[in-house]
Amino acid sequence: MTVAVIVAVLLVGIGNVVLRGSALLFAERLRDVPPRTQAVLRMIPPATLAALVAPALLLPEGTFTPLGPQALAGLVALAVAWRTRNLLATIIVGLVAVVLLELALG
Amino acid sequence: MSEGSTATAMDGVRASIPLLIGALPFGLVAGVAAVEVGLGASGSSAWSVLAYAGAAQLAAYELIGRGASVSVIVATAMVINARLVLYSVSIAPYLAGLGRRRRLLVAYLLTDQAYVVSLVRYREGLDLEGRWRFYLGSGVSLWLVWQVATLLGALLGGTLPERLPLGFAVPLVFLAMLVPTVTDRPTLVAALVGGAVAVLAAPLGPPALLLAAACGIGAGAALALRAGGSGGRGADDAPIGDEGPIGDEGP
Repeated sequence: MTVAVIVAVLLVGIGNVVLRGSALLFAERLRDVPPRTQAVLRMIPPATLAALVAPALLLPEGTFTPLGPQALAGLVALAVAWRTRNLLATIIVGLVAVVLLELALG
Repeated sequence: MSEGSTATAMDGVRASIPLLIGALPFGLVAGVAAVEVGLGASGSSAWSVLAYAGAAQLAAYELIGRGASVSVIVATAMVINARLVLYSVSIAPYLAGLGRRRRLLVAYLLTDQAYVVSLVRYREGLDLEGRWRFYLGSGVSLWLVWQVATLLGALLGGTLPERLPLGFAVPLVFLAMLVPTVTDRPTLVAALVGGAVAVLAAPLGPPALLLAAACGIGAGAALALRAGGSGGRGADDAPIGDEGPIGDEGP
């Protein structure tokens, strides 16, 4: 590791604790959350997780591929997640699906 | 279904098992990526312990491989991890009663997975000690798996077969976590808008994630507040710790 990389990891480490601790360390003041604020907070997980998932499925190599193995396997996994609510089944079926679809389409 | 029910650390571990299995290939991929850009196993572990960030670690390695400057590496990692502020804000009210040291540990262990698993359980109602133990079980087990998996990936390096779509486990883990957080129309809109903007704004690079999250949250919240109106009812306005189980609206 070069000095630059060591400096980078230290800065990222400090930065991450600041980001993660931002609200948690001042949580005393957040005990009673007004309903309107709660309505906003409730949108954080679906919006953020979808923003992480969608590009990985639809832009696998950086280009829009709506019918590629990743997108189709994602659809299969989505169906499994929706019907079973089982995290493990979703992940395993999705991995098997992408392998098979890559063999079939690739 | 009240503040009175409690949980052990083992409950947190048990609820996290599927995510632990998903974190394993994710960690292997990150470990391999670290050695590919010349960080070595020690460098990989330094990143895993100090930064402890999945997606941001991968992005940082790619930039290191391209010889990017320290400021670019740090800025990119911060933008990707800015979503942790949202998680921090969202989970803080449930853990406000904990001492400062415990909250600092909660912060260090905060990941997409520990956050979602704990939040879903908290909404079913849990006393403060139960929330702490559940989070600790989830957070520590995820931390351990990440450390072991990234080290293993770094040590195995290029010997892992190329054909294994290990990287695809990453979006699948997020997808599996996403579905139980979509419980009504506003959360569905938040997810659809967040996903669509992330794809459309992808050319912007890492800031696209923040922009997409902001748009999704805005769209979903606008709908929820309009529907909820003045002091409305239902899940939108349920007091914290007294909300119904989030997974019970499935087909």
